[in-house]
Amino acid sequence: MTLKIAVCVKYVPDATGDRGFADDLTVDRDDVDGLLSELDEYAVEQALRISEEADDAEVTVVTVGPDDAKDALRKALSMGADKAVHVNDDSIHGSDVIGTSAILAKALEKTGFDLIVCGMASTDGTMGVLPALLAERLNLPQATLLSEVSVEGGPTGTVKGRRDGDAASEQLEAPLPAVVSVTDQSGEARYPSFKGIMAAKKKPVEELDLDDLGIDADEVGLAGSWTLVESADARPARTQGTIVTDEGDGGKQLAAFLSAQKFI
Amino acid sequence: MAEILVLVDHADGAVRKPALELLTLARRIGEPSAVVLGAGEAAASVAAKAGEYGAATVYVVDGPEFDEQLVVPKVDALTQIAKDKGVAAVLVTSSGEGKEVAARVALRLGSGLITDAVELEAGANGPVATQSVFAASYQVKSAVSHGVPVITVKPNSAAPEAAPAAGAVENASVAFTGNAAKVVSRTPRVSTGRPELTESAIVVSGGRGVGAAEGFAVVEKLADSLGAAVGASRAAVDAGWYPHSNQVGQTGKQVSPQLYVAAGISGAIQHRAGMQTSKTIVAVNKDAEAPIFDLVDYGVVGDLFEVLPQLTDEIGAR
Repeated sequence: MTLKIAVCVKYVPDATGDRGFADDLTVDRDDVDGLLSELDEYAVEQALRISEEADDAEVTVVTVGPDDAKDALRKALSMGADKAVHVNDDSIHGSDVIGTSAILAKALEKTGFDLIVCGMASTDGTMGVLPALLAERLNLPQATLLSEVSVEGGPTGTVKGRRDGDAASEQLEAPLPAVVSVTDQSGEARYPSFKGIMAAKKKPVEELDLDDLGIDADEVGLAGSWTLVESADARPARTQGTIVTDEGDGGKQLAAFLSAQKFI
Repeated sequence: MAEILVLVDHADGAVRKPALELLTLARRIGEPSAVVLGAGEAAASVAAKAGEYGAATVYVVDGPEFDEQLVVPKVDALTQIAKDKGVAAVLVTSSGEGKEVAARVALRLGSGLITDAVELEAGANGPVATQSVFAASYQVKSAVSHGVPVITVKPNSAAPEAAPAAGAVENASVAFTGNAAKVVSRTPRVSTGRPELTESAIVVSGGRGVGAAEGFAVVEKLADSLGAAVGASRAAVDAGWYPHSNQVGQTGKQVSPQLYVAAGISGAIQHRAGMQTSKTIVAVNKDAEAPIFDLVDYGVVGDLFEVLPQLTDEIGAR
């Protein structure tokens, strides 16, 4: 039996660019280049490793996003994923994480899965709650924030992993189907090979809109959002303070500064 | 007054500081009540502490489920109490687990969710939360427009203020729903005796410039002289010089201390995302061109192995 692995990925504004907000207080996607969220590369990597360990497995990458989000899917396909699903609909613009999780859950149900793999958080919103929301919506166990993950026993088997929390390191176990998320400690993500990049161009990308998923437009998007952004203001950039060059008394000068600021 | 439910995080019967901050913030938007889960015999002392910081009622739920299963038992308990008591908001600490608990509670309550708030105030339509986004380059104010607001708050967002209240303990029984990942084993993190990274008022971090695992000794000595937590950049963690649990940055801990000391850290955007809301920033780096110097209040261009020990000695002499 084929182990069906679905990987949720996000197309995000490049963090090295000047990110900002559009007039409707949603993330401005026009002024900054987008890319596959770096933290989702770890999810793709772990999905591929699980797939390589399994007797028979298939990796599908799933995203919710605008036209350009295809770039994120292509990156994952060029790393080695088998196929992709792209939920794209004008009405989705401005959805909060609750709305996005509703769309993604429906898309995952339609695609089918034994295991859902997510990154620990997106690099733009950085909330880190989507995997938990998917588990809640799909009524699945969540084994999240894993720095190590493996699957035993194929589609009806078990997912195991290690979660390194603040207070303790925990070994987790859950029967499939389940939702996992992986951290940046799970293992370096592979670079797409030239062959992988060429092969990705021929891999199928299924396009879905809200109608295909049976979701009403007013349940999602800005209007269907359960949170309301009231304002988004650029913080004044920090102005550079005093810079001194150490000529043998740098530590003493720093001590004087810290003392003046009452830290010592 | 509106009842604000606060999930009180504790470790071995000791209330963690961010929970006291939550109780303090909760008083700005209503009357706090606390939820203490899985504290066992320590529940009474945890409840007493919550009372000292303003909790009128403390709901206590115990059971092996909290230790044996991930996230879901806490969601079951918090949702049930929030519904039974008809609370006006739910506040949880912004930790990895805290955010996951809050998210599922929000969905079950049919509520909007705000994470990583750094400030909370009463608004015309419920609490208004301030968030610091895009590597702290923007301040966003948001409110929940649907259901009972569920908000997670970052550690260090408020100074805990004692405000003795009744702290009346009410034992609650919860119907657990199951379908959670099983916690097969748990290895407690060995304590360094230093403050928690996200909770500490002062953080001293080392980066690539520290050069080796042994090099962190000068960083630790300075941290100890200041009573500070020790952080590390991703470069230092990836090199294996310091544990990932101490990583400051986008994929590690986000810290917001009164004083942040960056030693041998160049200041890549990913690191800045984790520390840019620090009140005062100090850097020591050999490279005068390092981007970290753009945001410092005080910077020393120099060798951290010269500057840090001298600073540590000066602090010791004062």
